[in-house]
Amino acid sequence: MKKLSIVTISALVIASLLIGFVGCGGTDPLAAQERLRVATTTSLYDTGLWGYLEPMFEEEYGVEVDILSAGTGIALEYGMRGDVDVITVHSKSREEAFVADGYGVERVPFAYNYFLIVGPPDDPAGIKDMSPEDAFDALFQLASARFISRGDDSGTHGKEKAIWAAAGYDYEEVRTAGQWYVEAAGGMGQTLLKASEMEGYTLTDMGTFLSYQGDLALVPIVQEGDILLNVYSVIAVSSQSDPNTNIEMANSMVAFLTSPQIQELIGEYGVEEYGMQLFTPCAGNEPSS
Amino acid sequence: MTELWDGLVTALRLIVSFDPEVMAIAGRSLAISATSSTIAALICLPLATVIHFNKFRGKRTLINVIQTMFSLPTVAVGLFAFVLFSSAGPLGGLGILFTPVAIVVGQALLISPIMLGLTISALSGVDKTIADTAVSLGASRFQMAFVTIREARFAVLAALIMGFGRAISEVGLSMMVGGNIAGYTRTITTAIALETSKGDLELALALGIILIVIALIINIVLNRIQQR
Repeated sequence: MKKLSIVTISALVIASLLIGFVGCGGTDPLAAQERLRVATTTSLYDTGLWGYLEPMFEEEYGVEVDILSAGTGIALEYGMRGDVDVITVHSKSREEAFVADGYGVERVPFAYNYFLIVGPPDDPAGIKDMSPEDAFDALFQLASARFISRGDDSGTHGKEKAIWAAAGYDYEEVRTAGQWYVEAAGGMGQTLLKASEMEGYTLTDMGTFLSYQGDLALVPIVQEGDILLNVYSVIAVSSQSDPNTNIEMANSMVAFLTSPQIQELIGEYGVEEYGMQLFTPCAGNEPSS
Repeated sequence: MTELWDGLVTALRLIVSFDPEVMAIAGRSLAISATSSTIAALICLPLATVIHFNKFRGKRTLINVIQTMFSLPTVAVGLFAFVLFSSAGPLGGLGILFTPVAIVVGQALLISPIMLGLTISALSGVDKTIADTAVSLGASRFQMAFVTIREARFAVLAALIMGFGRAISEVGLSMMVGGNIAGYTRTITTAIALETSKGDLELALALGIILIVIALIINIVLNRIQQR
């Protein structure tokens, strides 16, 4: 019997896998259809806003829109790698860095709302109506009432870090402060459900809170404070960093989201269902708190 | 308990009413995993035969490596495939990230070690005198291999079912390279993950039940084939 070396076997494995790759890449029947990839922060997806706007864009521009729901951190990462054409995120400083580094064309704010701190109805830490900074300070000092953090490098997590900093704490110190500080490492909806289960506090955007409210034993605790402003921006991923991206359609998406007609729909979205506005449109301008 | 019950009721309702979205998701899951299993089988069956019927240095080590890869974490394979297919990665030019094709290729990679390893085991389990007899009766090497595979067909089929089962039940890889895009790369498992995170436990449970029903049907069908 002929002796085969392990090298020959491995070469066979690699060759057959490569045949598999090429075969698949070449016969994709869907590749011909034009697609636009949008990576979005979870809050714009979980509230149903993207599900509402997506068919309108698809109809108007005759393109398939693929929505990837991820945290702002992952969405920015996808953008840097050139794996998506457009991102809709909410973390101003990181968005500015993204554009400055040449990954994005321009940061265009298109809507805003406010973050709020929610917690159990009996407010065990007694932080109701404090300023966000004082509320965080009280939670840290008390060290017994649970705080559930997104802990996933998302825009909301970034805002939480900013509030800790404003309250005079080093984030690493907070993160390791004790069992009262819980890292959920999940989307906003998941974190809210966890906070509800654990009878803890968490920082949330208004839109996601309202759409999950029915499943939660949580109420708004802190809602006032300039630091709670939450601005959503849309950024077309630069074709200079990656020529594979669909820059024309991406620009159309930016124009679409900031168009008067769609801005009006964003402003009205969810009003009927929740009895209040989820997103305030701000067509291309930075809102001031 | 009410949640489980509601989940069961919801599942039955969604199945009986042929809910278009649920049917589309289930069909997509089935198509993706059937394709990846077929590709993996087409690669692994011949390869397992070649490895089994040849003596070479490092054969034992190779089999050990293959068996170790049975327990590859799906997220690790997912991450590997993501980096490979990302625009910034070596195979980014193919443009298959966040498409069903990426999931198919990733799943094929994931389940190949199981199919390969279990098929080799299946062939090893066949009495060697059968191959010897075939050769003594003038069979070519190809015919000898064929006779042995035929003898081991039940165990080989089990290897393929194991591979398919791992493919249709994994979530980490589909999430990472598919992206859970509604109507395109959303499979049963990624839909369960999404619905759970959205707090819609009934729909998530219903999808889980549908997944089990699919597995049951496939096993019944394959058992029928075996009994013939």
